[in-house]
Amino acid sequence: MAVKKFPVEYTHIMMFARSVGDDNPIYHDEEYAKTTEVGGIIAPPTFAQASAQFDPDFFLRPKVGQPWMGSGREPTGLKPKAPSGGEKKEGGGGGGGLHAEQHFEYHRHLRPGDVLSVTVKPGKKWEKEGKRSGKLKFSETISEYRDQKGELVITARGVGVQTERVVEQK
Amino acid sequence: MPLSAKKLKVGDTHSEKVVENLHRTQLVMYSGTSGDYNPLHSDEIFSTKVAGYPSVFAHGMLSMGLTGKMLTNYVGDGRLTKYGVRFSTQVWPGDDLTATATVEAIREEGGQHYVDLAISTRNQKDQEVINGSATARIDP
Repeated sequence: MAVKKFPVEYTHIMMFARSVGDDNPIYHDEEYAKTTEVGGIIAPPTFAQASAQFDPDFFLRPKVGQPWMGSGREPTGLKPKAPSGGEKKEGGGGGGGLHAEQHFEYHRHLRPGDVLSVTVKPGKKWEKEGKRSGKLKFSETISEYRDQKGELVITARGVGVQTERVVEQK
Repeated sequence: MPLSAKKLKVGDTHSEKVVENLHRTQLVMYSGTSGDYNPLHSDEIFSTKVAGYPSVFAHGMLSMGLTGKMLTNYVGDGRLTKYGVRFSTQVWPGDDLTATATVEAIREEGGQHYVDLAISTRNQKDQEVINGSATARIDP
């Protein structure tokens, strides 16, 4: 997802670390972080993915005044036949799509105060016959995270997969 | 403590239990911070009645984040240069996950030492849920 402005903030890092079950003080304790090699709070390795919060159109976030695929009075808020969610976008992990792969390359680690921008390029596409979910359509996206100086800080490659049907359980 | 090239050898492993009895609240927490509010991960009614899954299930990126904790505990903070995974099996509420890194190579490039790691995270049934790789800067 392309994002114009992704401000990296202390509170977001602290809450993100909690949400991945990581109580390492490097993610929330400035006094401790000062005494370490990195010299200050940094973000956990998968934090870049939270750029979704700053994409105004991110399709996996409910929007004010718009129908949402999740349950309310009914099991889904979307009207006619939407077997596994709404609008289908590629490369993400929603609707009928799942996240197949994710790769990060760190040119440096993110810190509170960084203001990032993210550009996204489509990558390869391929298909495969899956044993547990029918035909699989893969598509790749390359995201480049740049800091306030325009320097490349993280390169991310994501692979999304659209499955023909719900994945059978082993 | 950062790893040291002198003390590492190919085949060394580091393993951690990164979650025990994964609860649905953890999935809600991850939805809230990551911004991925796909109801498949937080809305049991949608996930079972509309999408046809047995329950909600974890974001792939949550499994990657949990696995990342093992990795940074092993290589040290700020030391990772690459981290990539493939999601092989879905992760469900109640799962226990154990993440393991195995040293594949220790090398030097432009005066900097690196370790290449293979990563595997398995559930309580010993099914692999994540396999991947990582590279970290290490001390000489």
